[in-house]
Amino acid sequence: MSGLVVENLTIDHGAIRAINKVSFKVPQGKLSAIIGANGAGKTTLLRTLSGLKDAQSGSATWNGKSILRQKPEDLARSGIMHVSDGKSVIAELTVKENLALAGLWRKDKADVAKATDEAIELFPRLGERLQQSAGSLSGGERQMLAIGRALIARPKLLLLDEPSLGLAPLIIEQIFQTIKTLTAKMNLTVVLVEQNAIGALKIADEGVVLNLGSVVAVDNAQTLLNDPAVRAAYLGF
Amino acid sequence: MNQFITAVLTSLSSGAIYALMSLSLVLVWRSTRVVNFAQAGQAVLTTYIGYAVIQKTGSYWIALLVAVVSGAVIGAIIDRFFMRPIFKRITSGPIVMIAPVVATLGLLGIIQAIIGFVWGLTNQSIETPVSNAGLSLNGTVVAFSLYNALVLVIVTLVMVLLTLLFQKTNIGLALRASAYSPEIAKLSGIKVDAVRTLGWAIAGAASGLAGMLYIPNTYLYPNAMDVLLVFGFIAAVIGGLESMAGAVAGAMVLGFAINFSTSYISTKLVFPTAFVVLILVLLVKPSGLFAAKKGRSA
Repeated sequence: MSGLVVENLTIDHGAIRAINKVSFKVPQGKLSAIIGANGAGKTTLLRTLSGLKDAQSGSATWNGKSILRQKPEDLARSGIMHVSDGKSVIAELTVKENLALAGLWRKDKADVAKATDEAIELFPRLGERLQQSAGSLSGGERQMLAIGRALIARPKLLLLDEPSLGLAPLIIEQIFQTIKTLTAKMNLTVVLVEQNAIGALKIADEGVVLNLGSVVAVDNAQTLLNDPAVRAAYLGF
Repeated sequence: MNQFITAVLTSLSSGAIYALMSLSLVLVWRSTRVVNFAQAGQAVLTTYIGYAVIQKTGSYWIALLVAVVSGAVIGAIIDRFFMRPIFKRITSGPIVMIAPVVATLGLLGIIQAIIGFVWGLTNQSIETPVSNAGLSLNGTVVAFSLYNALVLVIVTLVMVLLTLLFQKTNIGLALRASAYSPEIAKLSGIKVDAVRTLGWAIAGAASGLAGMLYIPNTYLYPNAMDVLLVFGFIAAVIGGLESMAGAVAGAMVLGFAINFSTSYISTKLVFPTAFVVLILVLLVKPSGLFAAKKGRSA
């Protein structure tokens, strides 16, 4: 199957089993939200998919090829971009330099320039701050910069870890809408890890609900949003 | 007045050599979080290689080039085949911080032992490529030679080139990104391991240059660069360990402090001055006088 297929994935985080036999699929071009409370294992899952962490057992494939036990830089170069949680920018570098990182290794410099222009068009705030250090940006601007940088690599699979974390409601709305637009426009496949379940499910095609490292529900995002049992038990509203 | 001018000039030229050494240490520290005691061994080994080249060819300049290039190669080899496996094997616990540093100490001993085995323990000397006799200033001879001036020019040139490399090129951007945040660099597709090895190579080249510039003023023996390692560390700490500009500035502070105290008070004050400066900096501003600015943390 084309897309991301995760089967029986088990990951330990130190002495703790963070992810236990997790299976889900994200078809190409779709947006899946992985939701669950703090400590559900969402970040550990993403870090394994991007090569930052090793899995104990199970499999994960992207378009039929295994992505486990590979270096994060190789996965990034093959089009799997992970925007890690918090403020995934290098504070000491300028906005322009942060953007350039994901294009340094690309041969097609003309397309890097084009992708950079597109990222700036998408987030005009970045364009106004190109020479500023990324450390001087607000939380929302940093998130824009992190996503903008990922786009410069022309990714196929985007792994987003808590893009809404610590942002004001208005900015969250804007970031979520941008993610949805991008997914359609660039034919991206997106795994969106979020504590903000409602916001994430609203823009997602599918939802995967994690609880203490296990999948407790997988369904159409709309269905999950309207399921009283899921809402009460895991979404908290 | 002559004494003052001489002190300024000698401060600059000795500060320049300290700067090369502290720059090497900072480059390795930034890119791999290793305090590299072996840097003194690497520098003295490349100087012995330079010495061997002089014996063969008679040319200081060919020897300088060979020493710098072999410094880069040795630095890269140490990282690739020594440090990287250590980091691969040790991934957690307090030993992560200690093991690589102890490993560099061991490496320093091994390199110095090999040098003693190959070249013996007696003092050798390398002649300066230009006159090392004191220049005359207003009719009196001062303790600053044409060679000291040459050192100053070479180091300034190298600093300019390194600044351009780090600030203006893609390789420089990869080096800085990998130093500040290896994880984000990897996730952006940068081969951080290779970039780190390059950092070790540049540090090795810089310390190789330091050895070839420093030794002609003294003698060559297996421990000849140990003093410079100490001064390099002090300069790096004054500069805040993280910043390359800080390393150079710290080296200049140290160069001025040492040369002024020895010129005006007593020639015995070389080490006391160095350590007084170090302790003052640690007491007053432990993060270093030139610590890199952090962005806002919100």
